[in-house]
Amino acid sequence: MTTPTSPGVRTWERLHPLSPIVRGTRSALAFVAVVAISQVRSENGSSSRVNVDLAIIGVVLVLGVIQWLVTRWWFDGATLHVETGLVRRDSKTIPVARIQSIDLVQPFLAKLLGLAELRIRVAGSGKDERLAYLHVDRATRLRAALLASHHGLDPATPEPGELALAVVPASRLAISIALTGSTVVLVAFLVAFAATTAVSPKEGAAVGAFGFVYLLGLVTGIWRRFNTQYGFTVATAPDGIRVRRGLLGSVSETIPIRRVQALRTIEPIAWQPLHWCRLDVDLAGIMKRERGSGSPSVTKTLLPVGTTELASSIRSMVVVDRGVVPTAPPRRTMLKAPLSYHNLAAGHDDVVAVATTGRLRRVTSWVPLEKVQSVRRVQGPLQRALGVATIHLDVAGRRVDASFKDRDVQEADRLVEDLTVLCRAARSRGAGAQATVS
Amino acid sequence: MTDAASAPWLAPSPRLWRMRQAEVGILALLAIVVALVVAVSAAPAAIVVGIVAVVLAAGSLYFVRRRVRAWGYLEREEDLLVRRGVLVTRLSVVPYGRMQLVEVTAGLMERAFGLSTVKLHTAAAHSDARIPGLEPDEAARLRDRLAALGEAKAAGL
Repeated sequence: MTTPTSPGVRTWERLHPLSPIVRGTRSALAFVAVVAISQVRSENGSSSRVNVDLAIIGVVLVLGVIQWLVTRWWFDGATLHVETGLVRRDSKTIPVARIQSIDLVQPFLAKLLGLAELRIRVAGSGKDERLAYLHVDRATRLRAALLASHHGLDPATPEPGELALAVVPASRLAISIALTGSTVVLVAFLVAFAATTAVSPKEGAAVGAFGFVYLLGLVTGIWRRFNTQYGFTVATAPDGIRVRRGLLGSVSETIPIRRVQALRTIEPIAWQPLHWCRLDVDLAGIMKRERGSGSPSVTKTLLPVGTTELASSIRSMVVVDRGVVPTAPPRRTMLKAPLSYHNLAAGHDDVVAVATTGRLRRVTSWVPLEKVQSVRRVQGPLQRALGVATIHLDVAGRRVDASFKDRDVQEADRLVEDLTVLCRAARSRGAGAQATVS
Repeated sequence: MTDAASAPWLAPSPRLWRMRQAEVGILALLAIVVALVVAVSAAPAAIVVGIVAVVLAAGSLYFVRRRVRAWGYLEREEDLLVRRGVLVTRLSVVPYGRMQLVEVTAGLMERAFGLSTVKLHTAAAHSDARIPGLEPDEAARLRDRLAALGEAKAAGL
C-alpha cells in the first residue's frame, strides 16, 4: 500500500485487465452453449447465422473491454473513489467511516486466474459497492488499508491478526448434509425409481421423467451447500467474525458483531443424537424505506455444522449469555402444541432473551434486548381457553423474532411489562456505550 | 399490565363503525344485485342466494362490531400500545425510539367517511402497529406527536 501520496496527485488505478473476460464468461458460456445446440440441431446451418452469433459474442466482449477502460478507482487514505460509465459517467466516493464490512469473493474462474472481487457494504446505501476484479493480493491489501483507516489507523497498517476458532472438516460437512431431509428424499426417490424399473422398465421411465426436474433441484441444492460451505473456517478479528468458505469459488466475509440482531442454533432431528447444530446470525440489512415491511435482514451462517460446545463458544463471542435458564410453558400447552411441546422453552435476563421452538428440528434464538424493536402479545382462541399467550420480541428484519410461546397468561402479562422496561434500559445502555466510543 | 388496564385507552372514531357497516352493506348489495341478474334465468336459486347474502351480512355485522370495538391505543411515556382483535387478540408495544416512519393513509371508503389510518413502521416487519378510523385532527396530532417523540428518543440499530 503506497497510496497516500501528496494531496492533489490522483493515482488512479484500473481493475485487472482480465476482468472483462471473467465477468463476461458466464453469459458467454451460456451463449456458446445455445449456439452449439442450435448448430447441432440444424446440421448444416447457414454460415450467416454463425456470423451473427460470432458478432454478438464480439459485441459483448467489446462492451466488456469498454466498461473496463472507463472504470478506475483511487484510495486517498480517507475516501475510496470509483468512477465508471462511458455515456453516463458515474463517480462514487465512499468515505471509510461509512464502510460496514468488506467481503472478498472469488468465483471459480476468478480463483483460477488469481482474481478477486471486493464487496464493500456501505451504511445508508442501497446496495453493495463492488470492485470486480482485482488481483487477489491487491484486493487483500486494499481491504486491509480500507479497514485500517476505518478504524482510524494509518492505511499502511497491516491487517490485524485473527484468531482461528474452528475449521469444519469436509467429512463432517458431508455427513451433516447426508443427514438432512433433502438427501433422505433423494435416496427414497432413487430407491423407488430402481424398484419400479426392476419390476417394469416402462413405468420406471415414467417415474424418472416425473421426478427428474424436482430431483435436479434437490441435487443442485445439496451440491450448492457442499460447494459453498466446504472448508468453512471461522476466526475472530478486531473488526468482527471472519468466515472463509468455498470449494470451487471462495468467499471471505466479515460479520460485524454490532450489526447482529439475533442468533440462532438449528438442530435438525437427525443431528440431535450426534449433538450437532448449525449457527446462524441475522444482520441488520441496508436501510431501505419500503412500504409496509421492515428493513431487510441478511442471514449468515457462522457455523454450518459443529458440536453444541463449539457452537456455544462461538455464540459467546456474539451475544452475552450469562446463563439464562429457559423454562418450559405450563403442561396444559401440550393440548395445543403436542408436537412441539417437548422443545418449547424461553427465558431472559436483563441483556438477552432465549427462546426455543420447533417440532422436528429444534431452533433456539438469542435476541439481545438492546436490538428489540417491539414487544407483542398474541393470544388465539385455543390459547385463551388454556389460559396461555405468546410473547414475540421483534427485531429488524422480515421474519425475525424470538417467541416466548404459550406462557401462562399472568406470566405473559408480566413479561410484556418487564421486557418493555428491560429493552428500554438495554437500549439506553447501548446508546451510552456508543456515545463514549465515538 | 395493571397501569395499562386502568389508563385511558383511546379508541378509533365512532364513524369507523359506520364505515364498516357501509362496507358490509355494499358487499351484501352487490350479492343481491348478482342474485337479481341471475333471477332472470333461475328464480328459486336467486332467492336462496339473496337470503344467504342478507343473513351473512347480518351475521358478519355482529363480528365486525366486536372487532371495531376491540381497537384501542394508549400513548405512554416511552412507548405506544396498540391492541386489536377479538378471536385472536394482539397487543403491540412499540417504543417511540424505534419508530422509523409514521404514515397517515386514507383509502377510498375512509376518504368518503373522512377518516384516516395511522401506521407506524419499525425496522421489524412484524411490529405492525396500525390504528384505523381516526378523525383527521386526531390522526394529525398523533402523527406529529409520534414523529416528534420518535426523533427525540431515536436509537440506532
